[in-house]
Amino acid sequence: MAAPVLRRGCRGRLWALACVDGGSCHGRGAPTGSPSNRIRGQSSVAQQPLHTAQKPRKGEHNWAAVVGLEIHAQISSNSKLFSGSQVRFSAPPNSLVSFFDASLPGTLPVLNRRCVEAAVMTGLALNCHINKKSLFDRKHYFYADLPAGYQITQQRLPIAVNGSLTYGVSAGKERGQVIPKTVRVKQIQLEQDSGKSLHDDLRSQTLIDLNRAEGQLRVDANISVHHPGEPLGVRTEVKNLNSIRFLAKAIDYEIQRQINELENGGEILNETRSFHEKLGCTVSMRDKEAKQDYRFMPEPNLPPLLLYDATSLPIGTDPRQVIDIDHIRETLPELPSVTRERLVQQYGMLPEHSFTLLNEVGLLEFFQNVIKETRAEPKKVTSWVLNIFLGYLKQENLAVSESPVTPSALAELLDLLDSRTISSAAAKQVCPYSLQFLTVPLSQEMFSVTPQCHH
Amino acid sequence: AIGQHTREHGVSAALKQGQITPTELCQKCLSLIKKTKFLNAYITVSEEVALKQAEESEKRYKNGQPLGDLDGIPIAVKDNFSTSGIETTCASNMLKGYVPPYNATVVQKLLDQGALLMGKTNLDEFAMGSGSTDGVFGPVKNPWSYSKQYREKRKQNPHSKSGDSDWLITGGSSGGSAAAVSAFTCYAALGSDTGGSTRNPAAHCGLVGFKPSYGLVSRHGLIPLVNSMDVPGILTRCVDDAAMVLGVLAGHDPKDSTTVHDPINKPLVLSSLADVSKLCIGIPKEYLVPELSSEIQSLWSRAADLFESEGAKVIEVSLPHTSYSIVCYHVLCTSEVASNMARFDGLQYGHRCDIDVSTEAMYAATRREGFNDVVRGRILSGNFFLLKENYENYFVKAQKVRRLIADDFVNAFNSGVDVLLTPTTLSEAVPYLEFIKEDNRTRSAQDDIFTQPVNMAGLPAVSIPVALSNQGLPIGLQFIGRAFYDQQLLTVAKWFEKQVQFPVIQLQELMDDCSAILENEKLASVSLKQ
Repeated sequence: MAAPVLRRGCRGRLWALACVDGGSCHGRGAPTGSPSNRIRGQSSVAQQPLHTAQKPRKGEHNWAAVVGLEIHAQISSNSKLFSGSQVRFSAPPNSLVSFFDASLPGTLPVLNRRCVEAAVMTGLALNCHINKKSLFDRKHYFYADLPAGYQITQQRLPIAVNGSLTYGVSAGKERGQVIPKTVRVKQIQLEQDSGKSLHDDLRSQTLIDLNRAEGQLRVDANISVHHPGEPLGVRTEVKNLNSIRFLAKAIDYEIQRQINELENGGEILNETRSFHEKLGCTVSMRDKEAKQDYRFMPEPNLPPLLLYDATSLPIGTDPRQVIDIDHIRETLPELPSVTRERLVQQYGMLPEHSFTLLNEVGLLEFFQNVIKETRAEPKKVTSWVLNIFLGYLKQENLAVSESPVTPSALAELLDLLDSRTISSAAAKQVCPYSLQFLTVPLSQEMFSVTPQCHH
Repeated sequence: AIGQHTREHGVSAALKQGQITPTELCQKCLSLIKKTKFLNAYITVSEEVALKQAEESEKRYKNGQPLGDLDGIPIAVKDNFSTSGIETTCASNMLKGYVPPYNATVVQKLLDQGALLMGKTNLDEFAMGSGSTDGVFGPVKNPWSYSKQYREKRKQNPHSKSGDSDWLITGGSSGGSAAAVSAFTCYAALGSDTGGSTRNPAAHCGLVGFKPSYGLVSRHGLIPLVNSMDVPGILTRCVDDAAMVLGVLAGHDPKDSTTVHDPINKPLVLSSLADVSKLCIGIPKEYLVPELSSEIQSLWSRAADLFESEGAKVIEVSLPHTSYSIVCYHVLCTSEVASNMARFDGLQYGHRCDIDVSTEAMYAATRREGFNDVVRGRILSGNFFLLKENYENYFVKAQKVRRLIADDFVNAFNSGVDVLLTPTTLSEAVPYLEFIKEDNRTRSAQDDIFTQPVNMAGLPAVSIPVALSNQGLPIGLQFIGRAFYDQQLLTVAKWFEKQVQFPVIQLQELMDDCSAILENEKLASVSLKQ
């Protein structure tokens, strides 16, 4: 239940989507990399109108939408944020529950060091200012999956603030044009996760599993619309979206709904809504109409969290007792933005290509291994990996790790191409399926006949 | 503590010398518990557990390897400490039948030293109250109601036992622990202290009631009332015994993030002050209130004179924010209570009502049935203060006032004062029938006046029994020390205890054949009361 959660508020001037799952950004069956239906509309600054690909813009006034995302991300750690109980997926219900997780009277929270380190790393990776002092609070509400009747979170003073994330939006009429955008990260806070509720309508009961909540990533979207130059509009909150696809659909729908409502003389209520996946629309959550007062109060059992850096670390402190921000910064791996920039500089590829390479798990490593083993030009390798190889994977529904085609095999093919042993036309006519041939050693004879497409 | 340093007296020494065995000691105390059942000091008597522990202790003594000075010593624990396998109720319907799966750290530490757990003692429900009268198991009776000293003053039949209607309260909320120690059923008892809940009953029952510095002793397993003020408290018959227990309990606990590292030397041995000429005693002038009984005021004054005549410097100090303290305490206390009580919903443990129409209905009925009026009243108040529109004006304001109150003490100590001397209570123990004429909230506000500022500041404090009132009832005075100067505080208290020579309670007529243990005053304490 008390699984650690990293929570960030993301306030963007426009609807910002971090492409977490790169594959779905480009859609399956669209190996040439054209923008999928998911990324619609123009990326623009708030003054310009937004429109969707589905409906024509209504009315004559300019509208700007503002979207803020609250992202709940579970920290990868061995034990929970405040209790020593383990974190493991697919464990039997209520088998990973400590006395504290069950809110037994007299139990106290103890902060998990690894979770704090993870929060600092995330803060640094998102260019945040790390607060050397942060505080814990109690957020009170009654729900069956919250045994203590409150959640421990960081309301007043979170661990990291004022960060940013740079991302790319495929846009423009030119294929391959990627416009870099920056979204503000308001804050990152550590908080307890709740348990998991399973509603059994048949027996009119709810089952509670206090191991941990469902889903590694959950997003709440706050959406409002306004006329550029005027104050921000009333916002609604769409809760518990757990796929990027539905997040985009919900936001699109809600923006249009608000525009329609306002243009028809109606008003927007500051309310909580849920997304109806089948109908593709947002619905008011009537039972949450009354605004919740969470009665925030400082968590008295957790003193302020103090972090140090090289300048403030007292001499002679036991490194096991303190967290050094500078030390954590040194252990950060190369961040994606840096990697992408490096790829563009080093291999002369388009920014869009660098995004794709990083967004597909294992693809960058595959690419770099091919580069190592082939004589072919990097631009050729880029093209082959991103178009033909990736397209083949998508068609076969394979992850990079499951690919029967090895980097060596692809490198060999490219060498053949480079040495003009096979013609470019011949190579390109090789259907995606024929890449299966790359699992056996190549010989010139294979290419002496016109290849047939095998399906 | 008792070790090589002390003379061979006290029950600990007797155990070591084989004059009495742990089992004999245990059985005597169990017998006394039975005889004093009418006091209603115990909610649960853990007879089997205690006898088994006694058996093991005996083996250790036979092998010449006792765990320490507490090995084989009967103790009692207030029923808001979690005890593994032993019902823990907090004197509330909400936790009737709740058997915890773990020991509070302080309980574990005592057991690790071989102490015998005689049982769980009675209290006000969830420790809310100053009389030990508002628990679901009924009120606790002050043993002094039946003492020769009191009865003779009232010219009553010294042989009458329970059934009389004008028995006295113990004070609270750790009244059960106080009665248990006062009636010789154990040598030490754990209480809790949030606004005076250990010191108040100590004063009314003629005991040493010690409140450690906040952060010195672990709260893991202490079912919380106010997390930022609660501490485990120690009730004993002499200061050396309290110091011994503190030595066992104090120390950092990884399970309690509010405990500090390496604060005191262990084991805790109190030196005997040769003289007090280097000492500076502070008398806070704001504590001289009209409601203070003239008897206690007089004793307070005489105590100050005593220090002065023995060479100490005695000066008046000011704690200017004292008058705001009780209101500030009320806001912060009820707010934390509202939060801490949120977990009692009938789902995981404790009482659950029969209604299953909806979760909300179940919560509401469970909590209405489980909590008494006092608890529910504080929850409502607390939730009010925590509402968004009230938070700044009440909670935050109270936090600021709390800081001012704590600073008052710091300033007093920084001006050269070593220890503050104040009354513990406004009067001696009152009859139950008189006590209940006012409600719990009124009583708590009145009775906590001298004790709760200490909790707000997190300081150590101790109530020492000084003398009997004109009615033959105990009166105690309070010493307050600097944060983490617990050892120094107890050293001063020990000196004072020796000067005043508070009389032993005379319960012989009541105890009949059990008087053997009581008459042997050498066995009344764990260590020697010099």
